[in-house]
Amino acid sequence: MTHNLILRVVSKSLIPLIILFALYVQFHGDFGPGGGFQAGVILSAAIILYALVFGLDAAEQVIPPAILRVFASLGVLIYAGVGVAALFFGGNYLDYSVLGSTQIAGQHLGILLVELGVGITVFAVMLIIFFAFAGRGRP
Amino acid sequence: MIDLFINITLLAFIAITAVAIVRMTNLFAIIMLFGIFSFLSAGLFVEMDAVDVAFTEAAVGAGISTVLMIATIALTKDQNEKQPGSHRRWLPLAVVTMTGAVLVYGTLDIPAFSDPNAPAQMHVAPDYLERSVPETGVPNVVTSVLASYRGFDTLGEVVVVFTAGIAVLLLIGGRRPKSRSRKKEGEGNDA
Repeated sequence: MTHNLILRVVSKSLIPLIILFALYVQFHGDFGPGGGFQAGVILSAAIILYALVFGLDAAEQVIPPAILRVFASLGVLIYAGVGVAALFFGGNYLDYSVLGSTQIAGQHLGILLVELGVGITVFAVMLIIFFAFAGRGRP
Repeated sequence: MIDLFINITLLAFIAITAVAIVRMTNLFAIIMLFGIFSFLSAGLFVEMDAVDVAFTEAAVGAGISTVLMIATIALTKDQNEKQPGSHRRWLPLAVVTMTGAVLVYGTLDIPAFSDPNAPAQMHVAPDYLERSVPETGVPNVVTSVLASYRGFDTLGEVVVVFTAGIAVLLLIGGRRPKSRSRKKEGEGNDA
């Protein structure tokens, strides 16, 4: 599909918007619909669109699979790390109230970090699965 | 009134899509219809004010899983047509009709949609709705329940996603075993 001009132009203008929307869904999840799961999937959809139009090798240059494996574990680590941090601040595991100066500030920080961890892991795992499937068909 | 009209239209389209999926034999067209099915379901969820669920359905069901199924079809080109079954048709039809009848019978006891006095709304839901904003300051109760009140559940879900990624990597990840396939071809030539 690398010579299809219309697809290339349209997807080039769409991909930044998709990434922007994913970031919006990620960080606006407290106030509107969305959160880490949806944002991770939308962000990986942007890369998958890039891979479909520009080829798998180009997409693997944008995000190398080795980095994806690090990201997949990093997200879980952030999530579990927030829980451990709450332990160090004197609360229960995953009790965010102790993370900030006030209960609401702590909850805000905890939810933000946890959603970030969810988003990173979901994004990385979706791309890992896609690259694994698409990479098998490579000549 | 307009809600009812939209609901009936979407459900009718979903039913039409399901029947079309059953009757088709081209796997590529079936996958496309799966995507349409997910997208119509997402529309139905928006109509029922479950926007977070609709978001996930549209992104995962209509987006990622369609791409993954197409990738799978590209790997298994030999069996691009659904094989017509040799079994008798009346048995599955009877099972489906019976199950559908039982399900419809079951819905008679379900409380009306969004009935505030339904048991599901009386248990912990009012508690969450009252406590979310004063305790967490998060207006979207779905997020506060998902990330804070039920943080352990979500941690488990993230670990499940992580495990799925690891499993796919272990099974089909990495480079294609080129040398082995060549060796097999070589053996075939020798024989």
